[in-house]
Amino acid sequence: MINYKATRDAVGEALFEKGLTNDRIVVLTADLKESTRVNSFAEKFPERFFDCGVAEQVMVTVASGMANYGKIPFVTSFAVFVPGRTWEQIRTAVCLNNVPVKIIGSHAGLSAVLDGGNHQCLEDIALMRSLPNMVVVAPADYLETKKAVIEAVGNRRPTYIRVEREPTAVFSIAKSPFKIGRAETLWKTRNPKVAIIACGTLVYEALTAAKELEKSGIDTLVINNHTIKPIDERAVIHAAKITGAVVTVEEHQVMGGMGSAVAEVLAKNFPVPMEFVGVQNSFGESGKYEELLKKYGLTAKNIIEAVKKVLVRCG
Amino acid sequence: MPASLDLSKVATEIRKEVIKMITAAGSGHTAGSLGSAEIFAAFYFSILNQDPKNPDWVERDRFILSCGHYCPAQYAALAHAGYFPISELKTLRKLGSKLQGHPVRGTVPGVETTSGPLGEGLAQAAGIALGARIDGKHFRVYCLTSDGEHDSGNHWEAVMFAAKYKLANLTQIVDRNSIQIDGGTEEVMPLNSLTDKYKAFNWNVIEIDGNDITQILEAVKEAKTYYQGPTVIIAKTIPGKGVDFMENDYRWHGKAPTKEESETALNELK
Repeated sequence: MINYKATRDAVGEALFEKGLTNDRIVVLTADLKESTRVNSFAEKFPERFFDCGVAEQVMVTVASGMANYGKIPFVTSFAVFVPGRTWEQIRTAVCLNNVPVKIIGSHAGLSAVLDGGNHQCLEDIALMRSLPNMVVVAPADYLETKKAVIEAVGNRRPTYIRVEREPTAVFSIAKSPFKIGRAETLWKTRNPKVAIIACGTLVYEALTAAKELEKSGIDTLVINNHTIKPIDERAVIHAAKITGAVVTVEEHQVMGGMGSAVAEVLAKNFPVPMEFVGVQNSFGESGKYEELLKKYGLTAKNIIEAVKKVLVRCG
Repeated sequence: MPASLDLSKVATEIRKEVIKMITAAGSGHTAGSLGSAEIFAAFYFSILNQDPKNPDWVERDRFILSCGHYCPAQYAALAHAGYFPISELKTLRKLGSKLQGHPVRGTVPGVETTSGPLGEGLAQAAGIALGARIDGKHFRVYCLTSDGEHDSGNHWEAVMFAAKYKLANLTQIVDRNSIQIDGGTEEVMPLNSLTDKYKAFNWNVIEIDGNDITQILEAVKEAKTYYQGPTVIIAKTIPGKGVDFMENDYRWHGKAPTKEESETALNELK
């Protein structure tokens, strides 16, 4: 039986654990202490926790100063606000300044569910991956998010980690390999004809699709491409070479997202037919998570369709 | 006071460099750079506890330039204080130069932050001050802001933040020269009364003539004795100060002098 847990929960737990041994970690939020799950850190380390009020711009710029001085600041809010509202501050005060601020964008994708399109964030990967010096990570589940946060503590670089509000399948284990910048092959049947390259919690949907596809005799490769920047070019090119077709999967706009990053690598190095599973140039709306994933075409069923479509194109 | 006499000379040297640099570059922000020359002279030649030979010294006072467009004056002050060779000043805004049109952290010794997009410097200064306080460090953080950037929401968020955390190790100097690119500050977006606003936001407020070095030194001394929160020194200055045809004319905010204008200006500054 698989457990379901929200990736945002992992942020609070990882920061609490690392906070015990690393007093350079400071945490800032913008009136979203509990929603971003940093309340446990706030209670344990009040002298290293700062609530900025509903003021994301000052949160990012104060964090820039703290990182400049030598602290390891984590800023937490909804992705629609950080990085959404604060893109220019992140660009200038974090990335051009080149100071290691860690940005946690919570409630990313459609996972702000009932709050509606206003609070859902389907653009953050595009915003962040266009910035020099920035590392962009969309972990696949709760355990992987913990590992990403822990690695970000020590990576000395501006880092964006995208997490979600809704509980999703915890399908990795403590021993599963994870390193920022290295994509992992999670599934490979005998003679794969399509590589499914996914990031974020939809990696689980990709695995579900791969299992179904195997039943109908279609061999695939599933890659967890959790790090969108720096992208694991070798893994992406290798996947295209051994399969000859790629389907990308993300809970984000297709424009400018992880799939675009994959397409940039392949167009230059090894072009193959591609299909993109993601949100097609629209905002979200209020609804339950499963309803939204279905309506916006982000389920295993949609991935299966995309795989079949790309195979037709391969002839 | 002999010290302030010497600093006046330094301010004049900064002004001359500013004119030469901006003329050579063919672009840059003249008015604020000239108007703030006494502030840069006072900080880099008297107030700051820094070591030009060891610009990354952890215990150094921090000087955060929020209004990055004033960088010609900062670069001139840094070079004359010994952070890098004066001969490099003529490379301002040229391809491959460390002296970027707006300052970038890591390129120039003594430049603490990347700045230019306005309204972001005070928050960064507050972050440094807060980090230092957590660690029990005793250095002070100074932040120079322009009055024009007080139009920005990010700036006022920082004003509230610094007051909330009672950052007594933080001193802001506002260059109140009453101009911005599009005109006078009171026409573009009225700021008066800045003093009342800062008092209402629980800051300690000191008003001075920012072209008077003695007043700058005294105000900073006074700020150091205030322990209940941050201090703002509202320094009224004359934009374009020292060059008659530039003084108090907003059109010199972001304009470079021609060669002829530059010669006239340098003659006046002798």
